[in-house]
Amino acid sequence: VHEFLQHLVNGLILGSTYALLGIGLTLIFGIMRVVNFTHGELYAFGAYAVYFATALLGINFFVGLALAVIAGCLLGALIEYVLLRPLQGADIDTTMLVMIGTWIVMQNAELLYWGGVAKAVITPFPDEPLQIGPIYVSWLRIFVLVMGTVLIVATYLLIDHTKLGKAMRSTFQDRDTAALMGVNIKGIYTITFALGSGLAAAAGALLGPVFLVAPTMGDMASLKAFAIVILGGLGNITGAALGGFILAFVEELGAGYISSGYRDAMGFLIIIVILLFRPTGLFTRAERVG
Amino acid sequence: MKRVLPFLCVVVFLTVPFWLQDQYFLHVAITTTIFVIAAMSLNLLLGYTGQLSLGHVAFFGIGAYASALTTLGFDVELVGGLRIVHSPWPPVIGFPVAIMIAGLCGYLIGKLSFKVRGAYFVIVTISFAEVTRLVALNWVELTQGPLALNNIPPYTLWIPGIGFHEFWSKTAYFYIVAAVALASYVIIQRLVNSRAGRAMVALKDNESLAVSVGIDVTRYLVLAAVVSAAIAGAAGSLYAHYVKIIDPDIFLFIYTVTMVIMVITGGKGTLAGPVVGGIIFGFLPVVLRSFASPAMQWIIYGGLMIAIVFLLPQGIVPAVERILGRARSAPQAAGSPSSKAGDK
Repeated sequence: VHEFLQHLVNGLILGSTYALLGIGLTLIFGIMRVVNFTHGELYAFGAYAVYFATALLGINFFVGLALAVIAGCLLGALIEYVLLRPLQGADIDTTMLVMIGTWIVMQNAELLYWGGVAKAVITPFPDEPLQIGPIYVSWLRIFVLVMGTVLIVATYLLIDHTKLGKAMRSTFQDRDTAALMGVNIKGIYTITFALGSGLAAAAGALLGPVFLVAPTMGDMASLKAFAIVILGGLGNITGAALGGFILAFVEELGAGYISSGYRDAMGFLIIIVILLFRPTGLFTRAERVG
Repeated sequence: MKRVLPFLCVVVFLTVPFWLQDQYFLHVAITTTIFVIAAMSLNLLLGYTGQLSLGHVAFFGIGAYASALTTLGFDVELVGGLRIVHSPWPPVIGFPVAIMIAGLCGYLIGKLSFKVRGAYFVIVTISFAEVTRLVALNWVELTQGPLALNNIPPYTLWIPGIGFHEFWSKTAYFYIVAAVALASYVIIQRLVNSRAGRAMVALKDNESLAVSVGIDVTRYLVLAAVVSAAIAGAAGSLYAHYVKIIDPDIFLFIYTVTMVIMVITGGKGTLAGPVVGGIIFGFLPVVLRSFASPAMQWIIYGGLMIAIVFLLPQGIVPAVERILGRARSAPQAAGSPSSKAGDK
């Protein structure tokens, strides 16, 4: 039972960052109809940005975290402005190819700049874990959980309760009508991509210190984000948030009780099973997807 | 001219070992040809049926492992104490086994994944490739995992009067690879110019219209997937017996991306496209390696991929055909309405 509880806690912490990744990706897909292959690279970018800020510039960890998220937003806006804006109206395969190309460029630029050796981010948290009954949790992981939750809630509030969020939702429902109602579609696209990228960078910045920072860390993140988004239904934000937690629990339990080697396979098996039996995702309402 | 050009290409291709004595270049020619075969098979799905299959490397890898395991033999214990022992067979059998197993996987994956389209299809195919990679990595009893399968023997052929001949030399191996490449080209050409091929193109251009005139969508898509997977499996077998060592990295997504770059650069939906693209990206590393590190090379590839989509959305072959004013006589290439990526 203790072991099970420990897995649940770990799953919860991992899940909060997975949810961030998933929400970012599903926002971009839902609103822009772009399958964002650079998502994992923005995640890696966030992790490297924190490393750069704390280890090389000597900035405070928390300030570095904020800077990483802002840098992620800016990089996302740049990608959207330079590469996706000229392709508006192109079919989904075309933008996908461009995003794959960008992903390759970004990953190898990271490899070129940082080298292949993994980096460790130093945090101000104490090394001794917090003990709650039989369960051990490091302070850093608690911080990750809190920050992840805060960001998820903030994104929710932004989309559900602001004018910008309303414009995003209307673009999601019907782009042309939204444009007729005076929504600046191009602006919404750039903001959406920036927001999604910022969330990915935040996930990377939070998980970077927990694990290690390496150029290839983005690949798994991208693929897991896809799994999460499929799980929740493409374009469904609540679904992505829940999907993130579900994937994390399945991975934790699968790794704990079945085989740790197949940990990363869980996400893909979930994708395959979901798409075979319930292609629109687990939590779809009546909205149109895919 | 139109008849002479392909003939000339084949002649130049088949005489490569005569004017290319350098072993390194011959090696590049062999690996390039293997990748051209894989790219041709991907083009059948990507170019003709219009399905962006991003798990293609799975079939290549499955072919490689199937062929290697058939020739090396294995001894695995399945769940429930069921033990399967397989003693080594000659590589001549490994090759058709690779084709059959890859084709079978193509059938299963096609049956399952063609239920969904667009972004869903892409993600299912990627997931499939990743799952095969993780199985190859973790099923150590069968695949040796990260330790790799070593000492895969070269192909042997029984020649009357000589007996069994082992293909160790690069020249001999080049001809084997060339023969498979030509056979694959002819098979794909026959297929796309048949009734089934026209049905596939119809599906790509307008699926609902195609369905409304009575084309059985799934049947033709699965047919394309089986042929495509089988050819990719053949390429995988050629690769395994050439490099003689394979590890789970053979399933990496980056190889699928390489194939996709080859196809779209050359021109998807054209017969010559993957060949042209494959040759460009097969030999580009040779040109680049003197002054660019591997990471830099990949940056250039990625940049080229983006540039191609922006500047030559249909690829090189249709563009060249247009310039030569022969677009009319190549009905399968130009003028397909589905690629208007360059539009503002």
